[in-house]
Amino acid sequence: MSHRPHTGAFIASLIGMLAVAVALQVARDRAFAFAPVDRQVLYVSNPQVMRRAALSYDTLLADIYWIRALQHYGGERQKPRYARRYELLYPMLDLATTLDPRFNIAYRFGAIFLSEPRPAGAGRPEQAIALLKKGLAFNPGKAEYYHDIGFIYYWHLRDYQLAAEWFGRGGDLPGAPFWLKTYSAIMLTRGGDRQASRVLWTQIGQSEESDWLRRTAQLRLAQLDALDQIDELKRIVDDHAKRTGRRAESWEQLAAARAVRGRPLDPSGTPYTLDAETGQIGVAGDSELWPLPTEPAAAPELKREMPPVPR
Amino acid sequence: MTMRVVWTIAVSVFRESVRDKVLYNLVFFAVLLIAVSYLLSQLTAGQDMKVIKDLGLAAMSLFGLFIAVFIGIGLVSKEVEKRSIYALLAKPIRRQEFIVGKYLGLVLTLFVNLAIMAVAYYGVLGAVAFLDGAWVRPHWEAPAVDPALLKAIAMIFLQLAIVVAIALFFSTFSSPMLAAALTVGLYVVGHFNADLKNFDSVIDSKPIVYVARALYYLLPNLAPLDVKSDVVHAVHVPATYLLLNAAYSVVYVSILVSAATFIFTRRDFK
Repeated sequence: MSHRPHTGAFIASLIGMLAVAVALQVARDRAFAFAPVDRQVLYVSNPQVMRRAALSYDTLLADIYWIRALQHYGGERQKPRYARRYELLYPMLDLATTLDPRFNIAYRFGAIFLSEPRPAGAGRPEQAIALLKKGLAFNPGKAEYYHDIGFIYYWHLRDYQLAAEWFGRGGDLPGAPFWLKTYSAIMLTRGGDRQASRVLWTQIGQSEESDWLRRTAQLRLAQLDALDQIDELKRIVDDHAKRTGRRAESWEQLAAARAVRGRPLDPSGTPYTLDAETGQIGVAGDSELWPLPTEPAAAPELKREMPPVPR
Repeated sequence: MTMRVVWTIAVSVFRESVRDKVLYNLVFFAVLLIAVSYLLSQLTAGQDMKVIKDLGLAAMSLFGLFIAVFIGIGLVSKEVEKRSIYALLAKPIRRQEFIVGKYLGLVLTLFVNLAIMAVAYYGVLGAVAFLDGAWVRPHWEAPAVDPALLKAIAMIFLQLAIVVAIALFFSTFSSPMLAAALTVGLYVVGHFNADLKNFDSVIDSKPIVYVARALYYLLPNLAPLDVKSDVVHAVHVPATYLLLNAAYSVVYVSILVSAATFIFTRRDFK
């Protein structure tokens, strides 16, 4: 009698035992549910230690941390707005850019993810600027980083003077795009103007560097359109209040008075909201445009003639 | 030393590694690259070309390192363990021919391995470039099928040639486990050498600084042979730099192989 098991029977018994192991795990997990792991872990947080430990595989590890940063950002964005945290975003980007100091996209996209206000981003423009300054320390000739720092000062921090300074410094670099100088002038003349925002986002939208950047620019331009439309709707609501002596409480009231045609839609196709108590108009929480950016406020003394719009 | 004998031994080492299915790692390398290039387009926000280049070069280096260490440490000790060394040394083969032949055999294996990997690597890069479409190409730092990548591959080969020499050196007088530990240890130290050179910035003691500086020049210096990041980011690597590194590698390998020969010729196998 042969003692060698039959191959078919052996494989079948192996599959059978594996099935039993899976069934046992399912039964255990149902009976003794354990808390899900909802916090990502960064085992090594010191970039210099990681750089040493990487030996000659530092750029590959940089790629891994870049992918982790993207997954962290994307994963948080999938969560409900109130639960989004981006705590590991900066440490991961710091690791990726220390491991590969020439990782251009990690500086640029990373800065966007960090500077975007919550809940869309980490709401940490100061970290974004720190990341870009680190990039400049390694790559002092990168005009894009000057542009991005200037943009963060303009769009997120409303510091038009510093924005103009960074755009100007970038424009001074040999081979830098001509429009950086124009941006600098725009910041000094019409820093908080909506038209200035439109000029900057239009330029970014023309960038061929990434689909994501183009889509972000399109969203921002749609939000600026929405801000224009809200101004117009406010004017209609105020006019109606003046004529009738009472504030309209709904779009239906305004439609009945023929002030608007139905419920006005924002550029994403979602109806605007009208607060019955305060008369405030805004985009709905489920609109693609929510939340609208805070309107930049220009210092009145800076309102001067606009320089030519760059093409 | 007869080159014909050396070549015969080298070819037999190569054939043995083929028989031992060492080149199976090529299949794994190709599958890894193809699978990763497919997956990465979804994960890297447009950085798939950079990541595939990084991964391919790192994989060439890592697979080569495993082969260099784990076969290198057995080059001599395996013959002693199997007692086949007696039959070999009974033939008209000088001990130095045996050592040099063994070394060149493994280096030949690594060369063939790297050459086939390089062909597969360029094939995958070309395919990804074709599938990515023309509109993304202007935004790459370097072309996909970039001849400059060969500079990094050549430097990886030189690194591996040094690692084989280290493994062979330890293989002549120590057990395989100890030889593996020492070889990996020297490989790691070889990437930290810059710290030894700059010891004066952390320690005031002059004698220690001199010892550290001496170690910097004596231990294998592998970090300068790593130009992977430069070529991927399209940073020019001058030919002079490559030539100096190549010359350093040849000299360092010669020292290690000579030392291995010196020890081996004095070993008593009775």
